[in-house]
Amino acid sequence: MTLTSVPPSEPLLSVRGLVTQVATPRGAKTVVDGLSFDLDRGKTLCIAGESGSGKSMTALSLVQLLPQPMARVAGGEALFKGRDIFALKDDDLRTLRGREIGMIFQEPMTSLNPVLTIGRQLTEAITAQRPMTRAEATAEALRLLDQVQIPDPSRRLKQYPHELSGGMRQRVMIAIALSQGPDILIADEPTTALDVTVQAQILSLIRHLQKERGTAVIMITHDMGVVAEMADDVLVMKDGRMVEHGPVRAIFDAPREAYTRMLLDAVPKLGEMRGTDRPKRAAAPSAALPAIKPAKDVIVDVADLTVRFDIKGGILQRPVSRVHAVEGLTFSIRRGETLALVGESGCGKSTTGKALMNLIPWSGSIRVDGRETSGLSRRAMKPVLRDVQMVFQDPYASLDPRFRVGDLVAEPLVIHGIASGSELKDRVEYLFRRVGLSPEQANRYPHEFSGGQRQRISIARALSLSPKVIIADESVSALDVSIQAQVLDLLQDIQNETGISYLFISHDMAVVEQISHRVAVMYMGQFVELGTRRQIFEDPKHAYTRQLLAAVPVPDPRRERRLYDANVREIKSPIRPLGFVPQYNALEDAGDGHLVAG
Amino acid sequence: MASDLSAAVPAAAAQPGALARLARRKLALFGLSVIALIVVLAVFAPLIAPYNPDEQFFDGLTLEGAPLPPSAQYWFGTDLVGRDLLSRIIYGARTSLVIGVIANGASILIGATVGITAGYFRGWIGTALMRFTDLMMAFPALLLAIVLAAIFRPSLLIVAMVIAMVNWVQIARVLYTETRSLAERDFVEAERALGAGSFRILTRHILPHLTSTIVVYSTLGIATTVLLEATLSFLGIGVQPPTASWGNIIFENQTYFTSAPWLVFIPGVAIILLALAFNLVGDALRDVLDPTQQGHH
Repeated sequence: MTLTSVPPSEPLLSVRGLVTQVATPRGAKTVVDGLSFDLDRGKTLCIAGESGSGKSMTALSLVQLLPQPMARVAGGEALFKGRDIFALKDDDLRTLRGREIGMIFQEPMTSLNPVLTIGRQLTEAITAQRPMTRAEATAEALRLLDQVQIPDPSRRLKQYPHELSGGMRQRVMIAIALSQGPDILIADEPTTALDVTVQAQILSLIRHLQKERGTAVIMITHDMGVVAEMADDVLVMKDGRMVEHGPVRAIFDAPREAYTRMLLDAVPKLGEMRGTDRPKRAAAPSAALPAIKPAKDVIVDVADLTVRFDIKGGILQRPVSRVHAVEGLTFSIRRGETLALVGESGCGKSTTGKALMNLIPWSGSIRVDGRETSGLSRRAMKPVLRDVQMVFQDPYASLDPRFRVGDLVAEPLVIHGIASGSELKDRVEYLFRRVGLSPEQANRYPHEFSGGQRQRISIARALSLSPKVIIADESVSALDVSIQAQVLDLLQDIQNETGISYLFISHDMAVVEQISHRVAVMYMGQFVELGTRRQIFEDPKHAYTRQLLAAVPVPDPRRERRLYDANVREIKSPIRPLGFVPQYNALEDAGDGHLVAG
Repeated sequence: MASDLSAAVPAAAAQPGALARLARRKLALFGLSVIALIVVLAVFAPLIAPYNPDEQFFDGLTLEGAPLPPSAQYWFGTDLVGRDLLSRIIYGARTSLVIGVIANGASILIGATVGITAGYFRGWIGTALMRFTDLMMAFPALLLAIVLAAIFRPSLLIVAMVIAMVNWVQIARVLYTETRSLAERDFVEAERALGAGSFRILTRHILPHLTSTIVVYSTLGIATTVLLEATLSFLGIGVQPPTASWGNIIFENQTYFTSAPWLVFIPGVAIILLALAFNLVGDALRDVLDPTQQGHH
């Protein structure tokens, strides 16, 4: 590394007046507009903003990896060690990427080549600009994997990307990005696709490597918790422009701009509900709708719910192993209550929701408003579905793109023969207004709406049958925080108005704290802890619950940053050999109905 | 909420329709005109054709009994028994188009039923249907057609059915794969969660997504069908004389290939033009109907 080429007083990277444009059928659209910032050696700049703010485009502009030929840098300069990146030739750019600026992306699966081994991809990156023998490259690869805390690195070298977990893949990506010892690491939402405990480890790993190597980091993120955890400086973006730029503490303690304040306020903060029993609205509570108290009577009663999938393999497609997705869950949802299911990916929380809808085969007993749904055919299940409905995670994928949204909202009423003609039209109009959309929009197609609006449409569809329970499966996870807060408020208003119950499935502890009455923590298909929100968040008994809570990034830069932990923890796989007999967690009452696995 | 609502993309500015976009492609336009021409020839054959296609003219042969080359009287010349080739080609367009539409329609119907059923329901029924499709695929199509044509007395309808029995396999495979991936999409699961039945999901939510594939395969399939009919007719097991089809014109006159090449060349060009025209239109339709090419994200 040529550490001497920049005097220590000058910034490592100095961007002035960056303008990036994207060609659209309606002419050039400016997606980054006059952005300027400096990055000092060894420092971390977080570029924060919601989707469409231009933060990723900024990162791609800096390494000249904008999608060709639609996007281009239309103005400005980026001085790196005295040279303007935007004026570099292709050859120089290749040297710059990798050797001087490394990059990691959100989805580590797509960034790695699925048909090449980890070792091959890593040694390729190492030897790309530094000729060395194969043995030397392998030794270097091992050293790098060791640095990014990958256990058993020599075995990993021979593995393919799909054999590694998401967290491990992101570690490999970091190793590749750092293989040339770059001065700057650009990380675009590096932990967004990862579970919180893994995210915490990756973030502390990046901080650790940064300290060791003096690398400067530009981190693109939508998560103010991650910003507080990582940043020295923060640049808040909206619609391609800079909203506010300053040291992290100044931004969090005294944001000057209304947008920054809104962004910070919209983030649910873990622990802010201490001492309260009821869910909380993000916006001021509406006087017309006082929060209701969950009733005592049970609307959904689940006993010994078990879901297992066979994994078939070989020529004969015989079962070779089994996914123990859900094992012996027993719980109930009361009328007017929000029960949250939290856990990390693969813990069985979504499977539980699907079993309640009878979308997958399961065993055990599920009673919806007194009716047993075990063994019901699709036809026999239909009347039950009027009482239990679902809002899916991805608002982009769960609406048929070829249907007008008005027809989508009307569809459940048609399927169940509840309304037709002008009555149907009136009910659809009412539902549109109920979820905060205008009925005039009913003639449009889903792609004409934003993610938040589409999720409102999904909610309107679920509401159309006036169900008693709605299963919300990660229903706000794909939304920007400000939109997320609005949708959460909408869900609460509907609950206060109609006394509906929610099964709220989420990985986000802060959101769960805000919306739920009771919380069940899942791990490996079973509950490890079940209790009221206060019991779980204020007095977590199980080690796993504590671990989950500790891993959540807190949007407070004053909080001491987590120490670097050399012990790598992986989420265990629920795949077991055939004939595996699971051990059930014995739940014991720790007082007041607070159930904890022994 | 204001920010959320105002983020709505303005209603897509009048997207030109699929037909208008199709018309903008020159090659597709050429294909469309060729097809239009052939359709006009077929429909108005009695008005357009200069002679009765089956009539053997006394002056239609040389004194030695050889066919006449193209001339002012017989524009495309005459065939080996002294019939006017131009009239036979014009009437032959009827056969080719009828075969193209019926045989192709039937093969799409069979293929779509098999493919969509197997792709949506999976399970043992899907496996059985697709194994059968694989078997049909492995079987030499021409051999099968010959066997079938030998069992049934060839007529226009039988030939069309024979071709359909051979041709449904490809479309079945393609629709199977597409239906399978559609059936796994979130919005289909969302429909199930609403209580929608299989019939509704298939007709309202899966079929509309398959229309572009089906339309494209229909046009491409017509070309294959016409060629297969020509092959069968050439082998003498297709449309039976005296009915003219472009294939049996070549078959009947093949012995004169060296001395009267126009007898083979002209119907050959007609077949190639028709196949090419449908291929061009099919190709263009595939691009035009692809929603990712319509400008909106």
